[in-house]
Amino acid sequence: MNEVSFHTFRADAALAIANPHLQSAVDGATLKFRRDRLRALADLPDVEAMRDHFKAMRAATLANLSEHLEQFERQALAAGAHVHWARDAAEATQIVIGIARQHGARLAVKAKSMTSEEIHLNAALDEAGITPVETDLGEWIVQLAAESPAHIVVPALHKTRQQVAELFTREVGRPLSADDIPALTNEARRALRKKFLAAEIGISGANIGVAETGSIVLVTNEGNGRMVSSVPPVHVAVMGVEKVCPTWDDAAVWLELLARSSTGQPLSVYTTAITGPARDGDADGPRELHIVLYDGGRSGMLGTGYEEVLQCIRCGACLNHCPVYQEIAGQTYGHAYSGPIGAVLVPLLHGLEQYEALPHASSLCGACLEVCPARIDLPRMLLDLRAEEVARGVIAPPEQALEKSAAWLLGHRRLFGLLTDVGRVFQRPLLSKDGLRVPRRLNPAGKRRLPSLAPRSFHALWDELAAEEEAVAGAAPVKRAVRAPSRGRIAAVIGASVVPLVVLWHLLRRRGGKR
Amino acid sequence: MTDPKRVAIMVTCMVDQIMPEVGVAAVRLLRRAGYTVEFPVEQTCCGQPFFNSGFRAQAADLAKRSLDIFEPYDAVVLPGGSCAAMIRKEYPHLLERWPGGTARAEALAARTYELSEFLVHVAGWEPAPAARAPRVTYHDSCHMNRLLGLGAESRALLRAAGCEIVEMHESDRCCGFGGLFSFRIPEVSNAMTQEKVRRANTTGAEVLVSADPGCLMQMRGFAHQTGMRLAHLAVLLEELTR
Ligand code: SF4
Repeated sequence: MNEVSFHTFRADAALAIANPHLQSAVDGATLKFRRDRLRALADLPDVEAMRDHFKAMRAATLANLSEHLEQFERQALAAGAHVHWARDAAEATQIVIGIARQHGARLAVKAKSMTSEEIHLNAALDEAGITPVETDLGEWIVQLAAESPAHIVVPALHKTRQQVAELFTREVGRPLSADDIPALTNEARRALRKKFLAAEIGISGANIGVAETGSIVLVTNEGNGRMVSSVPPVHVAVMGVEKVCPTWDDAAVWLELLARSSTGQPLSVYTTAITGPARDGDADGPRELHIVLYDGGRSGMLGTGYEEVLQCIRCGACLNHCPVYQEIAGQTYGHAYSGPIGAVLVPLLHGLEQYEALPHASSLCGACLEVCPARIDLPRMLLDLRAEEVARGVIAPPEQALEKSAAWLLGHRRLFGLLTDVGRVFQRPLLSKDGLRVPRRLNPAGKRRLPSLAPRSFHALWDELAAEEEAVAGAAPVKRAVRAPSRGRIAAVIGASVVPLVVLWHLLRRRGGKR
Repeated sequence: MTDPKRVAIMVTCMVDQIMPEVGVAAVRLLRRAGYTVEFPVEQTCCGQPFFNSGFRAQAADLAKRSLDIFEPYDAVVLPGGSCAAMIRKEYPHLLERWPGGTARAEALAARTYELSEFLVHVAGWEPAPAARAPRVTYHDSCHMNRLLGLGAESRALLRAAGCEIVEMHESDRCCGFGGLFSFRIPEVSNAMTQEKVRRANTTGAEVLVSADPGCLMQMRGFAHQTGMRLAHLAVLLEELTR
C-alpha cells in the first residue's frame, strides 16, 4: 500500500511537472512564503541565537522525553483531562473511535492535524460509521476531492479556484461561480457552521503540549480549531509524543518561530491554549477533554542517528524552500508528509522498502537545513538513509554492481584512462555542439543533453601545460585536436563488446517498470 | 597565513574527462598569482558521487586514495566547490576506519581550498580590469555556498576583472544536478535545471558563470535553449587576464 518506488515517484513527478495549474500554484505560494518568512524573521532581535536556543531546548526535551511526558500527563489529569497512550496507528484510531462511540457520536468535526493524516483517522472513523468532516478550509477541499494534502501547512495549495468551485458545487448541490471567492468562502462557512453545531465530537491535533500545566496549544488561521475544541461536548486531541515542551517560556520561543517560519506571520491568527475541559460556570467548552499521546514509531528513533528529526515542528519552511518540492508538490511523495521532512520522516515511520525513492528525492542542496527553525540536518539524514538502502539491498543488485565497479575503476587510474579513451571513440557518432545527441528513449538523462568526453583529458594535456611558457600575457590556448589515443585502440577492441552491453542492460532495467 | 610552497591542483574527475579547459585555466590563474602548480598524476575522483548515493565503503576507499596522493602538499586547490566541500566536510569522518585517518584528513582539510577562495584569501591576487568584460550572472552552487560559505570571492574576482554582475532571482537556488540524482530522477532534475537556466536568461547577462563543474555540466544540458554562454569562473577569468 502506498508504495513509492523509483518508478511510481518518477511517473507522478512527471505528471506534476506537466501540470501548468499545479506549477503556477506551487511557485506562487512557496515564493510568497519565502518572502514573508524573511520579513517576519527580520522582526526578531537575534533570530540565529533564538534558533540555536530553540534547537537546544528541543534536543534537551527529547533527551528526557519520558520524564516530560509523564509530567505532562500528571498535569493534564490534574486539570481534568483524560490522557491516553497509543503505541501505533491502530491503537490511536481505536481510542478515538471508542470515545466517539461512548458518546454515541455520528458526526465528528476536525481541525487540521497532520498526526490525524498520519494515522488515517478519517478512513477509520468512516469505517466505524462516524462521519468525519474537516473544518480547515484547505483540508476540507482536499477531503471533498478525496486526496491527500499537497503541503503540510496549506493542504489545498495545488487547487485552482475553478476546481474548488466544482467541488463546492457538488457538495452543496447548487452551481457556484469560481469568480466570486467571497461567495465560495461564505458557502463553506455556512456548510461548516451546521456541522460544528451538529457534531457530537471535535477532533484536533496539538501543535505543542506544555508539560508544566498539562496544556495543549492549537495554532490555526481560521478559528476552526477553536470551534472544534469548544462547540462539541467532547474534544479529542491527538498529539505526537515529540510535541511536548517543558515550560510556557519554551512554548513562547516555539510560537515565536513557528508562524514566522511557516507562513511568515508574527503569530497565527488564532493561538488557542487549552488546559482541561470546561469548568463549572464556563460559558462554553467541552465537558470532556481527551488527549491521545501517539508514539507511532517515534520512540524507536530516540537514541539513534535520526533522533533529531523529532525536533520538527511541522512549520513547512523546508517544503517552501525545497527546489524539488517546488517542482513536484506534495502528492508525489505518496504520503501526507512531503518535502524534505517527508523524505526523511516517511521512510523512518513506514520503512525504506516501502518508500525507497524518497531519500533520493533531493539534490542535497541544503536549503532545508538553512531555513529549518530547529536546524534539523535533513541532508545528513537523507545521506544516512541512502547508505542504509545500499547496506540493506534496497538498491537493486545491478545498480549496486554498476556503482561498485565504477568506484573500483576510479581507483585504478590507468584502467580508467583507458576506458574513457574507449568512450572517446564510441561517442563520435553522437557528438554535437552541446554534448551528446542520444535518442530520447535511450537517454538516461531524459531530455537533458548528455555531456561528451573532451577530445583529450586533463591528464593527456598536462605535459603540454607543464611545459607552457610562463608568460602571463598571451598564453596560447591549449590545442584540442581530436585524435584517437593509441592505447585506446587496444581497449577499443576489448571494450567494444562490453561497454554498450552494460549500458543497454542497465537502461532496460531502469525502464522495465516497477523494481 | 604562511605562503604555501608546494601547491597541488586536484582537477576533479569531471574536469579531467569532460571540461579539461577548466583545469588548464585554473593552473594558469594560479601561475599568474605567482605559484608553481603541481599535478599529482595518480589523482582521479574525490569519492563524492559514491558518498552521495550511499556507497560509503567505496567513497571511503577513494577518499583514502586521495588523502595519500595529496597529503605531501602544502595546499590543495580545486576548481570546484562541491569536491572541495567533500574533502573538508566528509573526509574526516569517512577516514575514521583507518588508524589516524581522521587526524590526517583534518590536516588535509585545513590545507584544501576552492580556487576562488585560494586566489582571494591565500594568494591575495586581484585580476586587472579587462578592456571588454562581459555582463555576467553568477550561480551560487549549493555546497560551495552553504557548506563552505563562499560566493563573495567569485563575485569580487569577476568585478575586479571588469565584469558587471546582474543578479538572477534566487541565485542560490539549486541547478538541479545533485550528482546521481540527475540520473535517478531526471524528470525533476531537468525541471529544476530549466527553471535555473530560465531565471539566468532573464537577467540579460551574456555569460552564466559557475564555479562548480557539476552545475556547469548540468546546465549545459539545456544550453541549447538559451543564447547565453555558460562558463566556469576560472575559464572566464583566465580569458580576461591574458
Ligand atoms: S523539518 Fe524543520 S523546516 Fe521542515 S517542517 Fe520540520 S521544523 Fe519546519
